Amino acid sequence: MSNTIIPRLSWWQRLTAEFTRSPVSVMLNITAMLVLVLIAIPIVQWALIDAVWTGDSGDSCPPGSGACWAFIGSKLRLILFGRFPYDDQWRSLVGTVILVALVVISLNPIFWRKWLLPAWVAGLLSYGILMWGGVFGLSYVESSLWGGLPLTILLTVFGVAFGLVISVPLALGRQSKLPVFRLFSIVFVEAVRGVPLISVLFMASVLLPLILPDGFTPDGLGRVLIGLTLFLAAYMAEVLRGGLQAIPKGQYEACRSLGIAYWPMMLKVILPQAFETVLPAMVNLFIGALKGTSLVVIVAMMDLLGAAQAALADPKWIGFYVETYVFAGIIYALMCGSISWYGRQTERSLRDMREQSNDR
Amino acid sequence: MKSGPTYQDVPGGVRLARLFAQREFQSQALFVIIVVVLVWGAIQVASENLAESSGKSGFAFLWQKAAFELGESLIPYSAGDTYFMAFVVGVLNTLKVAALGIVLSTFVGLIIALGQLSKSVVIARLCRGYVEVVRNVPLLLQLLFWHTFLLRGLPTVRQALSPVEGVYFTNRGLYLLSPVAEPSFWVVMLALLGGIALAVGLRIWHRKTNAEFTLWPWGLSIAILPAIAAIYFAGAPISWDIPHLSGFNFKGGLTITPEFTAMLLGLSLYTGAFNAEIIRAGILGVPKGQVEAGFSLGLHPGQVMRKIVLPQALRIIIPPISNSYLNLTKESSLGVAIGYPEVVRVANITLAETSQSLECVSIIMLIYLILSLITSMILNLMNARTSREER
Repeated sequence: MSNTIIPRLSWWQRLTAEFTRSPVSVMLNITAMLVLVLIAIPIVQWALIDAVWTGDSGDSCPPGSGACWAFIGSKLRLILFGRFPYDDQWRSLVGTVILVALVVISLNPIFWRKWLLPAWVAGLLSYGILMWGGVFGLSYVESSLWGGLPLTILLTVFGVAFGLVISVPLALGRQSKLPVFRLFSIVFVEAVRGVPLISVLFMASVLLPLILPDGFTPDGLGRVLIGLTLFLAAYMAEVLRGGLQAIPKGQYEACRSLGIAYWPMMLKVILPQAFETVLPAMVNLFIGALKGTSLVVIVAMMDLLGAAQAALADPKWIGFYVETYVFAGIIYALMCGSISWYGRQTERSLRDMREQSNDR
Repeated sequence: MKSGPTYQDVPGGVRLARLFAQREFQSQALFVIIVVVLVWGAIQVASENLAESSGKSGFAFLWQKAAFELGESLIPYSAGDTYFMAFVVGVLNTLKVAALGIVLSTFVGLIIALGQLSKSVVIARLCRGYVEVVRNVPLLLQLLFWHTFLLRGLPTVRQALSPVEGVYFTNRGLYLLSPVAEPSFWVVMLALLGGIALAVGLRIWHRKTNAEFTLWPWGLSIAILPAIAAIYFAGAPISWDIPHLSGFNFKGGLTITPEFTAMLLGLSLYTGAFNAEIIRAGILGVPKGQVEAGFSLGLHPGQVMRKIVLPQALRIIIPPISNSYLNLTKESSLGVAIGYPEVVRVANITLAETSQSLECVSIIMLIYLILSLITSMILNLMNARTSREER
């Protein structure tokens, strides 16, 4: 792919070349470095040098000392796992690792093989068993106790997965010639996109118990997940519509002349190409979904942010909000960063695959 | 939807039968029937559930008296006014923070975008880092952080931080001096308007006669001189209301609540990161040849920026940035989490007091839908004005 003859410079060479591009840029760079160092010194002082690393109550971190990482250390399990029963938190950890591994594998086209479906079935089954328990001697943990990072990941993964599934008929409906489907899709997508996520979550937690018969009402987690899914589906449908519009008309006509019916044409020819086109936009939506799950705090669920808030409420430790929010923020930033990194990787490998198949 | 030739002389019944036989028609009819049945069932269950809880439904509660105070309001409001008034206060607060947030986030975005395009690699990397970090941390977390910081990180009223005379940072809010109109205010304003009108008139007249008339210094002095004369003769147009400590709090001046400050900070910094990317893409989207052509025509850098780069960059920037503004407006709903009295917060308190949950959530959705529609209408108009006239 890269058959350019320009010699590749190391990052250091490139950096120094850019650093000394012109006298003005050298001066600007040196000034910026000085300012940066002046800002960085107190931060490093606070975060590392003066920081307190061990201790079991707020008294170990007297005012005037640096960051109190001892607080994060003592609250780590609460922040990461929420109210999940302390001795069973390994289950939540293992389950989440399985879930994340499945997602990571499925996103790479190299692994799109026959064994992926049974792998998902087995994975989801073990995920459910680990989280709920109640069999094989595992104690039952109701979903209202699930929390922390596993809850954030659960909401993101299932919200995105179900959202994708629903977004396909919505996007196709919006393109459809049949007025009923088109109208329904347009009204749904535009209405959902016009309101904030929090109102959709409120609606889901208020409306669902009202309109469903007793006994069919999902629990708090289910309601939030339904709200999140519908919200994401509307945005994904809009992104997917962009992809569908980018497909050349010739693709449809080729299918029709080969006698391929509507659904096989869509599933095997049009949609795969559409998804490939909109991959970058979809990745942005996934990141948005991950960040959006933090809103469940407002409807009294304890995801990563909620658990961090809960940790702050301990009267033994007062006032370590900077450490807590920085810690939670780093976790979110790392997750979002790795999604966008993985998105770029997938994009590249898809492009490579396509070029290889074109060469053949 | 063609299914064989349909002629005018085919009897209506046969045409109808043909229509019914189409798969397109059947699938749509089935869909409509399913939706109707589901909605009907939902209404049945809902009315049963509502009857059980003996809740009154409908929007009549809007005219009852609300028993809560709201932290801040643009119009006079106190406990005892109707719920409707509370919602009006909420909408105004939403608009207030959204409008200021849009201005500030554009400003932040512009600075970061220019920083990313800076000649200095260090500044460029720093601005890049800002965008990457801020975009990848949930807005709610940032809002909670700023709110907690303003409440706990700032000193008490007694030990207020005062960077300049008349400005106090405390954990109860920011206190600024506020301008108060004196009797001479209107005289001075009138003089200023007259001066501007005179300058504009002169400019138009000069342009007709092709004479040189520059904004600096002649235009500006003609515009401003009458106002200065008015101040000299009639006295200062405004005086400053300086906040002063009385009892446990500051009195006078302008008070900005920690909630509002946190909302404005969080929304502007977060949306600013997105705007930076949009603005950067817009500026980079103008072909280099355009700038070079401008210079070779003898325009100076300001003219190239104003007449060549900006108009073309705006064309690229406006559609995505209008989306970003809409997002900011919707995200102002997170004020509910830190107690900023915007629409969702008001609805949430009302919901807790009246348990008219369905109505309250519907009101939120309706208000935001209307806001979205109005905003996108305005932005579409703007977009139509800046977009290129196709040949």
